[in-house]
Amino acid sequence: MSELRYREALNAALREELHRDERVVLLGEDIGVFGGAFKVTAGLLDQFGERRVRDTPISENTIVGVGVGAAMSGLRPVVELMTINFALLAFDQIVNHAAHMHYMFGGQVSVPLVIRMPQGAGHQLGPTHSHCLEAMFLHIPGLLVAVPATPADAKGLLKTAIRDENPVIFIEHESLYGVRGEVPEGEDITVDFGRARVAREGTDVTIVGVSRMALTAERAAEILAAEHGVQAEVIDPRTLRPLDLATILTSVGKTNRCVVVEEGWPHGGVGANLAALIAEHAFDDLDAPVARVSGADVPMPYSKPLEDIAFPHEPQVVAAALATLGSAAKTQGGR
Amino acid sequence: MPDLPEPDVAREWLATMTMIRRFEERAGEMYARAKVGGFLHLSIGEEATIVGSARALREQDYLVSTYRSHGDALARGTPPERVMAELFGRVDGCCGGHGGSMHMFDVDRRFMGGYGIVGGNLPIAAGIGLASDYTGTDDITLCTFGDGASNQGTFGETLNLAALWRLPVVFMVINNQFGMGTSLERHSAVTDLRRKGESLGVPGMRCDGMDVLDTHAVVSEALRRVREDHRPVLVEAVTYRFRGHSMADPEEYRSKEEVAQWRERDPIPAFGELLEREGILDAQERELIDREAIARVDAAVVFAEASPFPAPESLYEDVYVIGEQVHGAYH
Repeated sequence: MSELRYREALNAALREELHRDERVVLLGEDIGVFGGAFKVTAGLLDQFGERRVRDTPISENTIVGVGVGAAMSGLRPVVELMTINFALLAFDQIVNHAAHMHYMFGGQVSVPLVIRMPQGAGHQLGPTHSHCLEAMFLHIPGLLVAVPATPADAKGLLKTAIRDENPVIFIEHESLYGVRGEVPEGEDITVDFGRARVAREGTDVTIVGVSRMALTAERAAEILAAEHGVQAEVIDPRTLRPLDLATILTSVGKTNRCVVVEEGWPHGGVGANLAALIAEHAFDDLDAPVARVSGADVPMPYSKPLEDIAFPHEPQVVAAALATLGSAAKTQGGR
Repeated sequence: MPDLPEPDVAREWLATMTMIRRFEERAGEMYARAKVGGFLHLSIGEEATIVGSARALREQDYLVSTYRSHGDALARGTPPERVMAELFGRVDGCCGGHGGSMHMFDVDRRFMGGYGIVGGNLPIAAGIGLASDYTGTDDITLCTFGDGASNQGTFGETLNLAALWRLPVVFMVINNQFGMGTSLERHSAVTDLRRKGESLGVPGMRCDGMDVLDTHAVVSEALRRVREDHRPVLVEAVTYRFRGHSMADPEEYRSKEEVAQWRERDPIPAFGELLEREGILDAQERELIDREAIARVDAAVVFAEASPFPAPESLYEDVYVIGEQVHGAYH
């Protein structure tokens, strides 16, 4: 074990996979000389050279398309997009090509492409740089979607993503880059997709937290235990597709209550999806409707006090959990 | 006029152009009889562009084309049976019935796809070029697209990146005079399309896309330049589609006279007559080539008819490659 920041864990995964597999190439805006907008790729250009760590022009749709073409002809590209909002410029290549090519062409080619990008609010970057769009990618068959919340998962999931044959949307979180955590050492230590992390065991309510919200959920669970005597079980799904629904259903079978916490918007969100799945598969286990805590249904505002109440914090999660146990709560955004 | 190739080669070019023509005509008939669904974009009139460019490629070179892609697959050697079965949505189609008319693909023949999104194929071609360059082969990718696609963002983005990285790609804009129903001068401020890459560092060439010899000669030269200079080239092939954009096109944007004028330059009789004048073929042999093409296409229709539709239980096949390190619910 070593203690690494989330960004260092990602950097280690890239370094190890570049070292392990000659087919791995990195493409992205300012990932080389600049070292990455969030310094995830720092030092990799020096170690592996311009052939493998390639600064690109600011052309998101084309960068992703180049990754698709390279992936279908033998390379294993890892494309960095500077934020998830910029992925919207590349949606044609992501959806029409990366996601669909294996199916569309009858299985003749696969697209082992990783698209890495951070999301999330908290840095006052306003409505074009702050959103959480994992639900948009979750929607699309053909994509896998990883949402690591810890340094260990950041490293282990990224290594699995690079080794997988499918296109993987790898969603990092801007506010997590500096977070430290224990990371197992070893080039072949990976984290499988579709295996949720039970971050905290409990018996009274299940809280599913996505991306950074897994950590918010953990802190909320501590408050619930300390102040309310409620033992929450916290589940971090790690990947949204494939989804470890079994672990979530098992937990709900035990607690009979569930809260889903996400930073993205409520309509058509991850929580909406999970609530439907839980209702479909475990309706009889539920003693209360599945509760959703989500980002506020607004474009992300710039002003600090507004931004702060536009995404979930521990008090909303606590309130939502208590509501499933019988109290009332407000569950969109807020402090 | 460029030199004629060896007689056998010339005969094969004519035969392939003829087969593509007959295939497209039958595909249109099958569409009218509801054997083929969706959209159907025919390349009738563009056969010299297709065959002249495809024959400039070596086996190991890649071809990436558009939603008008039946002819490209056929020129690359995909059996017409597999292409027709794909149009019919059958299990023996070249994509198992998942792709249809706009999404042909044949990895074994390095035909890397028809693409349904205008301009969406350019970055992919650059990516294939990157893989060739990265692995140190001298394989070249020929990427075709229409005049309409030259207005997409991917055109500028990809030509810039390909020039910057000196990728081995020949970009070929097939100027058939219309982006769907909007004529060239109504959709592009610059109508001299070969020049459209100049400011991006991609030199341009032009060929007569109605002339298989000229197309072959110019694309061969473009490939040579890419191979030797290690930089991409843009070729404009000037051609014309005799049919509408798709089968659902009343063609109100152009006159019958204009179409008739271009039809006088029909590339197939033009090349056939040339070969006859040059003593390579006689009238009987030309007739035989046409009969063989018709017979081949007839066989393709019989094959497609006989091929089953994909089984309902195959609906979810090939969405994902199921990996060892991946668990849980994919769907």
